[in-house]
Formats: sequence, structure tokens, C-alpha cells
Amino acid sequence: MLQTPIADAAQICLRVRGLTVAYAEEPALQGISLDIPRHQVTAFIGPSGCGKTTLLRSFNRMNELIEDARTEGVIELEGCNIFQAGVDPAQLRRQVGMVFQRPNPFPKSIYDNVAYGLRIQSSSSRAANLDQEVESALRRAALWDEVADRLDAPALTLSGGQQQRLVIARAIAVKPAVLLLDEPASALDPISTLKIEQLIHQLKSNYTIIIVTHNMQQAARVSDFTAFLNAGRLVEYGPAEAVFTNPKERQTEDYITGRRG
Amino acid sequence: MSEHISESYDLELRNVRNALMEMGGVVEQQVRSACHAFVAHDAELAGLVRVADQRVNQLELEIDDQCVQIIARRQPAATDLRTLVAAMKASTDLERVGDEADRIAKMASGLAGAEPPLDQYGDVRRLSTDVIKMLSASLDALARQDAEQAAAIKQADSAVDAGYDAILREQLAAMQEHPHNIEQRLSIIWAARSLERIGDHAKNIGEYVVYLVEGEDVRHQKLRGG
Ligand SMILES: Nc1ncnc2c1ncn2[C@@H]1O[C@H](COP(=O)(O)OP(=O)(O)O)[C@@H](O)[C@H]1O
Ligand SMILES: [Mg+2]
Repeated sequence: MLQTPIADAAQICLRVRGLTVAYAEEPALQGISLDIPRHQVTAFIGPSGCGKTTLLRSFNRMNELIEDARTEGVIELEGCNIFQAGVDPAQLRRQVGMVFQRPNPFPKSIYDNVAYGLRIQSSSSRAANLDQEVESALRRAALWDEVADRLDAPALTLSGGQQQRLVIARAIAVKPAVLLLDEPASALDPISTLKIEQLIHQLKSNYTIIIVTHNMQQAARVSDFTAFLNAGRLVEYGPAEAVFTNPKERQTEDYITGRRG
Repeated sequence: MSEHISESYDLELRNVRNALMEMGGVVEQQVRSACHAFVAHDAELAGLVRVADQRVNQLELEIDDQCVQIIARRQPAATDLRTLVAAMKASTDLERVGDEADRIAKMASGLAGAEPPLDQYGDVRRLSTDVIKMLSASLDALARQDAEQAAAIKQADSAVDAGYDAILREQLAAMQEHPHNIEQRLSIIWAARSLERIGDHAKNIGEYVVYLVEGEDVRHQKLRGG
């Protein structure tokens, strides 16, 4: 069943239809259909193992890196099916950036972490602008003021929260359309978590953001739209304020109010 | 609704509901007693209404405090959140109902010793019967979370408003004809005015019940284009 809270088709960034993913014949997602609005924050919530990460990884074809994963269905990014022959997964992953639960900066300098993708993308032509682009990405990731005077320091000397913002800077440096965040704050302290949430809020004017979180209050705070998944199925999808104050489905109600289902 | 995984959360929500039900019970009794004290010129009964008001005020504070604690510590969502919002709002209205009952009781004390009017306050009695019916229907709907019953309260409110208007017109006309007894007639007008306000509060409580059950805010529907 298709669930879409987005009335205007022109606002759809990602369109998912009949998405089914199985690991070694074990279904992890079954017949997911939903539309993700452009330049908004969409959150996926649900109990662990319900398929949130699998759904997120579908958007940049990361599941293909898992040997026995099988995917069926369609995902359109701005109208083009990402599974279509001729789509280069590496190119797709630059358009659809991903940030993981544990900050994973490369064991390089702060500068080189952000410059990494830019260097791959344009081996020579844009090199002149590299400094500018690194600064711009660090500013957009709200990290510039904290690292401007030590760009050559190893990234691993940064705090966990700073590392996570660095990884976000690295992802947005290559100017993706979509940013996928898989529990980006679950390894962080409360203040660093709030900084990440504030950053998400700032970034949404330029990027379509999808966040997976097991923290419902976080989903309620940061998301414009919220999807509740359970056992590989999409149970409910709607504007966050409706899902958190007046969910339509009993399963959603039980989950967000902490009741035994 | 099934139980929370956290048993103490269930207990906390139950405590709020119990306090609200107790408050509703005390207030309803206050209104009944105040009306009886008024028409019977019973100063002693009126005094009891005024004592009960302290318990009502105390319950309002308790309910607010419990709700704030739960909101701060549990981050309630969905039905739980709406339950707490409705409880806080309903307790505010109930406290005001208590104030109106107190006002009626105060007038009853003032009337003690005077001769009741010839018609034995027939209009006020009828109005108070309607208002008490509204109030207990709203409390009943709240206890049973019955949105249908709650929605029906709105209709009763128009009858109460009309009843108040009739009393007002009649008393004003009578005052012009017989300029004596003004004080008693003013008391009737004030009592009717308090009853009409109690009806408004009952209507509000009905609206909170609809919100609590259906998640839909039915207040000021014209403003919302609803
Ligand atoms: N690489 C994998 N190989 C096999 N099974 C997997 C793999 N990744 C996830 N799964 C299974 O798929 C289901 C959904 O997992 P996942 O998408 O990680 O859920 P969530 O992110 O909601 O916790 C789970 O049953 C999980 O065990
Ligand atoms: Mg996951």
C-alpha cells in the first residue's frame, strides 16, 4: 500500500515503489512504497531489526555490497530509476551521501578528509578551488570555527561529536542531493547530539535528509515527516506532528507511547 | 489501551486520571449544593461549598504538578500526550466551575433569613437542573472517554444560554415594575450568570474529550475553517 503525505508531486525527491529486500531469502523489507519530499527531514523509526537501515541503504544501492542481498522494486531519484542499467553506483553514492552511527573519519588530516571526495571527483580542474570548497563544507557542517586553526591535525584527534560533523562535511563537500543519516547521534553525548540536530535543521534547506533513529524524541524533534516501520513493512507515514500526537495505526501508537504491542 | 512497558508510567497516568475524577466529583457536588443553598437560603450548606473550594484548588495544583512531571520525565506522545493536555485544561475549567459555585454559595449566605420569592426560584431551579446535567455529562464523557457523548454537550449549551437570557430579561423587567427587592433580583441574575458560565466550562470539557479521543481540536471551528 502506498502511503504518501505529500500532496504535490513536484515536491517528491525520492519515489519508492514495491521495494522488497531479502538477505539470503530472508525478507528484510516487504513491498515498501513511499515518497520522500525534497529539502525536508524524513525520519524512519521502528524497533531494531525492522529494516530501517536496509531501507536507508537502498537509496544509494549500498545493499549491493552485501553478497546475498536481493532487491526488487523501483526507487526513483528525481524521476530516474536508480536500479536502471547504466546508473553508476559510485556516481549515485556521491549524489546520495551517507553518514553512519559511529563517526568514521579516515586516518588523515581534517583537511584531507573533506577534500577526499572532491579530489576523486575532479582530479585537476577544481583543485584551485579546493581550499574554498573545504572551508565551505566545514562551515555548512558547523565545524569551521572549531577547526579553522588546525586543518592539518589528524581527524582522529577530534571529539566524537566533531568527528561526526566532519563526516557530514565530507559527505556534503561533493554536493549531494540527498543525505542519509543512520543513527548519527547514538554514539554521542547530549550536547553533541543537540549540535547534530541543529545542523540537520540547517542543512535541510539545501539537502533532502533521511534519518534513521531509534530515539523517538529525536525523530519528533528533527523530522518533518515520520515513517514507522515494523517487521519489514511500512505501517504508517505522515507529517511528524500527526504521527507523534495522533497516529492512525494502533501499532504506531503502541510503539511511540512505549506500550506492549 | 494496552499497558506501558514501564509500569510506573501507567501508575503515574492513572494518578492523574484519579485526581481529575476526584476533582470532577467534588466540583459537581459543589454546584449541586450551591444551587440548593441558593434556592433554600441555606447558609450552612453554602458554608460547606466554600470549604470544598480549598480541596478543589489543591487538586488543580496536584494535577498540574503531576502532568508537568510526566511531560518532563516521560516525553509522552500520542494518546498519553493528549490525555495530559486534556487533563490540564479540564482541571482549569473545573477549578473555575468551583469558583462559580463559590459565588453562588456566597449569595446564598447573603440571602439567609430572607423570605424566598413566591415562585420559589422556578427559573433558576430549571436552569440549574440543565447545567448540572451538562456538567455531569461532561464528567461522564471524560471518565469514559466518550467522544459522542462529549459532542452532544454542545447542543445543551444553547438551551442554557437561552435560559439565562430569559431570566435576565424577566428580572430586569420586574425590577422596573417593582423597584423594591432589587437586591434579591440581582442575586438571581448573578446566580443565573454563574450557572451559564458553568455550562460554558462543561462545554469546554466536552471539547477536550473529543480532542483526547479523536485527536481533533473542535474549538473555534470557524477560525480553522472547519
Ligand atoms: N548484512 C546482513 N545480512 C543478513 N541479514 C541482515 C543484514 N543486515 C540486516 N539483516 C537483517 O535484516 C533485518 C533488518 O535489519 P536492519 O535493516 O539492520 O534493521 P534496523 O536498522 O531497523 O535495526 C534484520 O532481521 C537483520 O537481521
Ligand atoms: Mg539500523
